[in-house]
Amino acid sequence: MELAEPGKKGVLVLEDGSVIQGMGFGAETEISGEVVFNTSMMGYPELLTDPSYQEQIVVMTYPILGSYGVPPNSIRGDGGVPLHFESDSVKVKGFVVHSLSRPSHWSNQKTLDEWLTEQGVPGIFGVDTRVLAQRLRNKGTMLGVLKVSSSPVNLDAAALRVSGLQDPNKQDLVQKVSPKEPIYYDGKEKSTIVIVDCGVKYGILRSLLAKGARVVRVPYDFPADKILEMNPQGVVISNGPGDPKIDLTTIETTRRLMETEIPIMGICLGAQILGLAAGAETYKLKFGHRAVNHPCMDLETGRCFITTQNHGYTIDRNSLENTDFLASFVNINDKTVEGIRHRKKPILGVQWHPESSPGPYDTRFLFDRFFEEALKA
Amino acid sequence: MKIDGIKSVVIVGSGAIKIGEAGEFDYSTSQAIKALREEEIRTIVVNPNIATIHTDEKFADKVYSVPIRTDFLEEIIAKEQPDGILLGFGGQTALNCGVELAERGILSKYNVKVLGTGIESIEIADDRELFKKTMIEHGVPVPKSRKAVDLETALEAAREIGFPVMVRVAYTLGGQGSGVAFDERTLGEIALRGLAYSRIKQVLIEEYLEKWKEVEYEVMRDRDDNCIIICNMENMDPMGIHTGDSIVVAPSQTLTNREYNLLRETAQKVIRTLGIVGECNIQFALDPKSEDFRVIEVNSRLSRSSALASKATGYPIAYIAAKLSLGYALPELSNKITGVTSACFEPALDYVVVKAPRWDFQKFRKVSKGIGTQMKSVGEVMAIGRCFEEALQKAIRMLDIGRELTDNGIAGRSIERIRRELREPTDERIFYVTKALKSGMSMDEISRLSGIDRWFLDKIKNIVDMEKRIVKERTNPNIIRRAKEFGFSDKKLGRLLGKSEAQVRDYRKAHLILPVTKQIDTMAAEWPSATNYLYLTYGGEADDFEYAPGDRVVVLGSGCYRIGSSVEFDWCCVNMATALKKRVSEVIMVNCNPETVSTDFDILDKLYFEELSLERVLDILDKERPRGVVVSVGGQTANNLVKGLSEHARILGTTPDSIDTAEDRSRFGQLLDKLKIEQPKWDKLRSLEDARRFSKEIGYPVLIRPSYVLSGSAMNVAFNEAQLTGYIREAARVSRKNPVVISKFLTGAREVEVDGVCDGSRVFIGAVIEHVENAGVHSGDATMTIPTLSITGTVRRKILSYSRRIARSLKIRGPFNIQFLVKNRQALVIECNLRASRSMPFVSKTIGTNLMDLAAEAITNGTIKQGEGIHRRIGVKAPQFSFTRLDKADPVTGVEMVSTGEVACFGETFQEAFINALIASNFYIPKKDDAILISMGETRKGILPYARMLARAGYRIFATQHTAEEFSKNGIECKILYKVSEKKKPNIMDYLQNREIRLVINIPSHEGDPASHRILKDEYLIRRKAAEFGIPIVTNLELARALTKALVRHNARLQSKSQSMAEAFVSSGVPTTVMRAALGGLSPRTQPVPVSVPQTN
Repeated sequence: MELAEPGKKGVLVLEDGSVIQGMGFGAETEISGEVVFNTSMMGYPELLTDPSYQEQIVVMTYPILGSYGVPPNSIRGDGGVPLHFESDSVKVKGFVVHSLSRPSHWSNQKTLDEWLTEQGVPGIFGVDTRVLAQRLRNKGTMLGVLKVSSSPVNLDAAALRVSGLQDPNKQDLVQKVSPKEPIYYDGKEKSTIVIVDCGVKYGILRSLLAKGARVVRVPYDFPADKILEMNPQGVVISNGPGDPKIDLTTIETTRRLMETEIPIMGICLGAQILGLAAGAETYKLKFGHRAVNHPCMDLETGRCFITTQNHGYTIDRNSLENTDFLASFVNINDKTVEGIRHRKKPILGVQWHPESSPGPYDTRFLFDRFFEEALKA
Repeated sequence: MKIDGIKSVVIVGSGAIKIGEAGEFDYSTSQAIKALREEEIRTIVVNPNIATIHTDEKFADKVYSVPIRTDFLEEIIAKEQPDGILLGFGGQTALNCGVELAERGILSKYNVKVLGTGIESIEIADDRELFKKTMIEHGVPVPKSRKAVDLETALEAAREIGFPVMVRVAYTLGGQGSGVAFDERTLGEIALRGLAYSRIKQVLIEEYLEKWKEVEYEVMRDRDDNCIIICNMENMDPMGIHTGDSIVVAPSQTLTNREYNLLRETAQKVIRTLGIVGECNIQFALDPKSEDFRVIEVNSRLSRSSALASKATGYPIAYIAAKLSLGYALPELSNKITGVTSACFEPALDYVVVKAPRWDFQKFRKVSKGIGTQMKSVGEVMAIGRCFEEALQKAIRMLDIGRELTDNGIAGRSIERIRRELREPTDERIFYVTKALKSGMSMDEISRLSGIDRWFLDKIKNIVDMEKRIVKERTNPNIIRRAKEFGFSDKKLGRLLGKSEAQVRDYRKAHLILPVTKQIDTMAAEWPSATNYLYLTYGGEADDFEYAPGDRVVVLGSGCYRIGSSVEFDWCCVNMATALKKRVSEVIMVNCNPETVSTDFDILDKLYFEELSLERVLDILDKERPRGVVVSVGGQTANNLVKGLSEHARILGTTPDSIDTAEDRSRFGQLLDKLKIEQPKWDKLRSLEDARRFSKEIGYPVLIRPSYVLSGSAMNVAFNEAQLTGYIREAARVSRKNPVVISKFLTGAREVEVDGVCDGSRVFIGAVIEHVENAGVHSGDATMTIPTLSITGTVRRKILSYSRRIARSLKIRGPFNIQFLVKNRQALVIECNLRASRSMPFVSKTIGTNLMDLAAEAITNGTIKQGEGIHRRIGVKAPQFSFTRLDKADPVTGVEMVSTGEVACFGETFQEAFINALIASNFYIPKKDDAILISMGETRKGILPYARMLARAGYRIFATQHTAEEFSKNGIECKILYKVSEKKKPNIMDYLQNREIRLVINIPSHEGDPASHRILKDEYLIRRKAAEFGIPIVTNLELARALTKALVRHNARLQSKSQSMAEAFVSSGVPTTVMRAALGGLSPRTQPVPVSVPQTN
């Protein structure tokens, strides 16, 4: 709370009428979005730039943010992809935290406040985010308006705006974060991996590039024929924001790809799209999974892994029955489906983020397996 | 799945509390027992630490209060025929013992399975060389190091590793001769000096990582290879200061996601490489300027850090580790906090935890106050807050040292002094950091000197700045609220604003500035949980749940472990609380010590992990509205709140006025006079003049005692007027508000204690305990015996009658302890405590009646049975000292307590119990032909018959000059050894250093006597050297006598045994504890005696 600039106010108004007042930081603006919470204790630069958070206001339960500042974009890994970020800009629409810290770290370039200001994203601090998380947990995710302003905020007006909000999940959010043209990354190996980019995290890119593969990111609506022309050894259907049922073209493309023998890996939204393409159903979770500590069990081996999660939708386990897929991973906390696998072909979809960023590296081996299959093909 | 065929298990405990091995193992062992009993496994606990909860009859199926040593263990194994053994719950002591049991083939002989982490893994983790090799093989970075045998190889090694380098000397104690070399010139100096010191002419040139960030990970793994991190913790004090002596924060604060997960991934790799099943602690050094890191150390067992992590996260690490040892996989187990989610997850915190260490250097004469790579603290506290500022300020108060973070009045003032303290830290380090910030020193400079990351300094500066704002802006609701969020106490605010604590409290409440209750739910509110693990904070808007009216009792815990208040009071708290559960619908505990069983989430109905300050306890009472508060079981910390609390709440048990009568030494003296009970002549201190006059009147020596203190703080014996003046000043300082009393100090008196319970009229005497030492040794340091040895029937009746008279007249409701001096058939009362005492676990376990059960009955207005406990066998309680760990501390006992722990053993005779208790307290029992050094002050005549007995029993007697002359005159054969100052050979130091002397009997000369400074110094040097080399020291005449008699008898018994059996034990070189050097050699051939009979379960 050390950054307190007197006069800069922050107000968050929720669908259920609750008004949360605090101090403002970041950009002076007003935004609306779906309010969700995340229980991760670190990794805010990664989290904020994750495209899956498009149109979402994120509440952090960990009470101290900004401790190591924001690292420069210039720290890069394989293929020149930045190491600390998951896309080229902040994707979270608004940020709700308990307190802000002055940063201390060798890699620190700017404060969280400066970064969000620069990115045009508002934030509010001085909020009991535990209480807020409990509310979201009990009532489910809600829509909300976040306003940061130096002048007094008209609370009634903000409340009015909330009542008129449209659920952003009804929009085509993927379209906003997917590239317009294919993007190519060179690799040492000849193998090509195509990412159907619904808002891919850099972490996935880094994981693939680390394998030496040549990687092509194609738009979410890129035709299947054109993908097949690239002769990929494997295809990744990426993560992304919103309701998986919105982008029918991507589902159709996936269905086409599934008819071939090409290994496919679906991550998060990508897994849901795989499920939908196979004829299964998806549904919205009450308050989603957003954390870096969820245990997922491999139903074949009984082994359990700690995973990074960021999904509001999931695959209905019963609906898999008459498809070519079966549930291969399950979340042992709430027993929801976390992974699906084709009964015959090398096609796997996971609801979580094996690339982590932020979060644990436990399931990076999934990329190894994917590559093994890709090289076989 | 659970391993088949495990029906009974031996759990090896950690023995006495010592620096580096404290109450955390009571927590871990009791959780292990719980986990095993759920599986209907018979539990057999071996631990002589009598004051622990897990050695209670109601916990384990069978308890052996015997030394943790392979010979004792073998007998138990042979008798009990267990299927398995647990080694990971009793610290390094248990681990070492287990390795030895395996090495000697005892485990395989009796077909006992090591559950959890195997012996091989333990050995790799504990052997530096092997560990390093294994890690390098698996690509895990460890500090670079190379051996060097001369200057040239040293330089070569340093060039390869890169300057600066650490030079470590092989085979020296206490890091003698080690140092940091920044260039070739300094390396030359240090290496040459080190080579000279080293017995094997070898030094280790090691990469210098001082001031790297020190980060710890607590990792669990099951036998299916599932592996999770429970918690990571960052030391505020970087590498160079032992983590046990560091302020530690959880989770880490200055690590990026990449750094956190690089270390996390490596931690998993390490635990998998070692093949650990259960829990381990992994320490990392992380470069503050890059992502470079090293693995420093692995503890392949439950540890102090794992206890902390368990309390910090709410995850029951030890309980789960025990389940994993039985073969369960993590996903098979559930998270007890939520009740629905899996135990296979990583806790998410939505708060910050700060651990702070407590040192007790002021208790020790001559001790060095420097802190560094060797742990010296005796206890710790844990504070929970929603920001670091709040948690840190709470933690400093919890230490109960009468200081807040920003109080740095008496610290040295000059900037040079501040710089030095930052560079060369002492126990005052944190106060010097605030001092430096107040004096305007830049954060960069402070960080450079201290190695403390700017992140932490910035937070502390927030506190310092807030203090300035408070003073400037005075009382206004906004600033008060902000100050409370930063953890300022009402008392401190009052001092800053010129108001009383109560005034600030009233102001606060009027402005609705109130703390809120939050749960530790392991999942940061993601799942609903009905957990009862709570803390209070100003960093929030609402309580986590609604308070409903109910029948509740609040029990105040004992807070930070320190010398004089340790696990025994936690035993009292837990036993009182569990006994109350039968009588009250909701029992609530307040405590702040992560090393305790009382802070386990499932012990009580509710746990507030909170400060034991008046302010915080009142906050809790405001919310809970209990029937009453129990203050009588948490030792002096809780007892001291009586006055303040009694104005707001009902104190259960003895009335506050009675407590004050007993605590206020002046009021108590008057009461005894009224009751016509004998007591030493006393007077209340009114002025220095009065004190001098009175002392002269009754004659020196005199005892100076402040009121409301525990473990003899500032209690002193003055032999002359000069000492009197000095001691009175000290007493006045610790007991500012409360009276100081002077009384006649009786020399040559026996000391006797009574532990009992009274229900207002009926009195139950638990036991009459006699000290082996004469009065003058603090009761916490005394060797105690039940029953008494030398007390006559008449005196005994007097003692019982006085005790009952006092108990009834004070209308005691609850536990009490009365101390007597016995001399010339007189029984003089010297002290009465209307609360649980240190010896109550010992008494309860000796007589088989739990005094806390009775006390619970008494304080809830029940009636108890009048009577007296009957000892089931002879019990001896012995102190455990930690002098080896405390550089320069004088290993001598006196009126101020200096021991860190205690053990008790039982037997059919006093000697048997006594010898076992000594062994259990890591005291080497010298055998025939061993050399014993005797160096006596004025009392040398008193030792004569005993020296003769030792000589006749076949011991070689060495003596200092005067003592030797006395011996020769009386026909006792001995060899003269010269003192240091005599600069003659043979010199005592050489004999101590090569451990030819196996026991030192040194009764110090009186400071009061005109003995020259030189003699005192020589004696100190002998004692100190002995302590450093782990050679037992006896500094008390009565103890020396008792020991002699016991030794002679013990040896006679050994000789009567068959040769082959004796041989078997001669080869048992033994060491089983961290003080390996202190042990070895012959052990008594006595049957281990279980404290309890097996229960049908």
